[in-house]
Amino acid sequence: MSLWLDHLRRDGNNKCMDGPTPSISANPRSTALHDWHVDHGARMVGFAGFSMPVQYSSIVSEHKAVRNSAGMFDVSHMGRLLFRGPGALMWLDRLLTCRISDMAVGQVRYSLICGDHGGVLDDVLVTRWPDAWGLVVNASNHARVLNVLANHRIPDAICEDITFSTVMVAVQGPDWWQACQGILPGSVVSLAYFRGELVDGDGACWRVSRTGYTGEDGVEIIAPADAGTALVDSLARRGVTPCGLGARDTLRLEAGMPLYGHELDDNIDPFQAGLGRSVDLEKDFVGKGALIARRADASLPVRIGIVLEGRRAARQGDDVLDVQGAWAGRVTSGTYSPTLERPVAMAYARRDLAVNGMEVSLAVRDSQLPGKVCPLPFYRRAKRI
Amino acid sequence: MNPTDLRYAKTHEWVRAEGQECVIGLTRFAVDQLTDVTYIQLPKVGRNVSTGEGFGEIESVKAVSDIYAPIAGEVVAVNEALSGDPGLVSRDPYGAGWLARIRVAGALDLSHLMDAGGYDAQVAESPH
Repeated sequence: MSLWLDHLRRDGNNKCMDGPTPSISANPRSTALHDWHVDHGARMVGFAGFSMPVQYSSIVSEHKAVRNSAGMFDVSHMGRLLFRGPGALMWLDRLLTCRISDMAVGQVRYSLICGDHGGVLDDVLVTRWPDAWGLVVNASNHARVLNVLANHRIPDAICEDITFSTVMVAVQGPDWWQACQGILPGSVVSLAYFRGELVDGDGACWRVSRTGYTGEDGVEIIAPADAGTALVDSLARRGVTPCGLGARDTLRLEAGMPLYGHELDDNIDPFQAGLGRSVDLEKDFVGKGALIARRADASLPVRIGIVLEGRRAARQGDDVLDVQGAWAGRVTSGTYSPTLERPVAMAYARRDLAVNGMEVSLAVRDSQLPGKVCPLPFYRRAKRI
Repeated sequence: MNPTDLRYAKTHEWVRAEGQECVIGLTRFAVDQLTDVTYIQLPKVGRNVSTGEGFGEIESVKAVSDIYAPIAGEVVAVNEALSGDPGLVSRDPYGAGWLARIRVAGALDLSHLMDAGGYDAQVAESPH
């Protein structure tokens, strides 16, 4: 049997890891929690130049912990930038597809940064903190985003990169507050979805937002790097399950969330991806002209969800065929869904396939597997009464 | 550590000789590396395989791995229980989680396979 770990060792590239192709340099970076992960039995892999935990026990059990109780993720590899000064709003507004000038203090928005041609350079979260504007960017696009910012520099604005002086820990699942209650102040439970606030964490300033990448309730906490170990230790004592990138991927896939390098890249525009809500064409931003043209182009493939029969998953790169057997698109992400207990996939396909119930087949290795187009997300959490 | 009555391929398949037939499976090390087995594709009964030929697949949440025939011969049986319960291979890789039976033509020659000590050493050496 060829083990995916063997692949990793052989050529230094983790080909089997779903996600943007990482480059493992001779010295991958570590987050402040690296040793904690190793001490807690994590399998470490290279991801976007970082050594990250992919799983501690089993991906399915970590996934289920998030859906049923609470799990925690080290997401410190993601880029964290703060912007200050009178020019900060304009600087960001120039690059983000969404409007930010009407954001309240504490509000968070999902947005995109596009190139002149309208293709997505990164998907980000932008927050209006009381003391600064914040941007969280994909680790794989960190350097590229800094570059784009530099190319569109505005006077009277400063960008501070706090990625390496902080940790970011996500606590996700229906029991997130039970776990965080002794660690975060009571005001946090009153935070609305996509709102954040500054809290006192052991005398230091922590940034907490009611956001996440799992489809469950929970928070993402930005704390000073030297507070990281104590934070995850406290959470672990309260019964939160450490979860790695493996579960992070299956969770976000079930929740229909895009992953850069799969559902988004610089050849895909936000409208194709179904992210038009994050684009405000009433304001100016880099790539707007191209986006107006692309939005009108019905020949561009669109993102769809597919549920498969059986147990075999379709994965990134697998062809999507229409009911006549003609090539109609390509899978961007796929896995066996632990919650639905069926394989699910996201794909870009010819627009006429984007009809719920449309029958398709997936070319998976030597087989053609039947599937049906379905709405995204695949999973939506139940609202608490 | 690994059962001493078995022989082992570098690619983590085990072989138990039973007269002219061999039972084939995956080692504990292999299934522990995989975790989360979701699907196993086994060869069709009647198929002839040569040593080292890919003759099945084991799929986990993250990836698909090939299974290689550790000996040459005809596939005379496959473990039907795995289609409804692929996790069986992880729970009992040397027993109820067997994969296939191969009937060997001619004299049974397992000299190209490692004994338990050799396989244990290979596993110990691999960085993991």
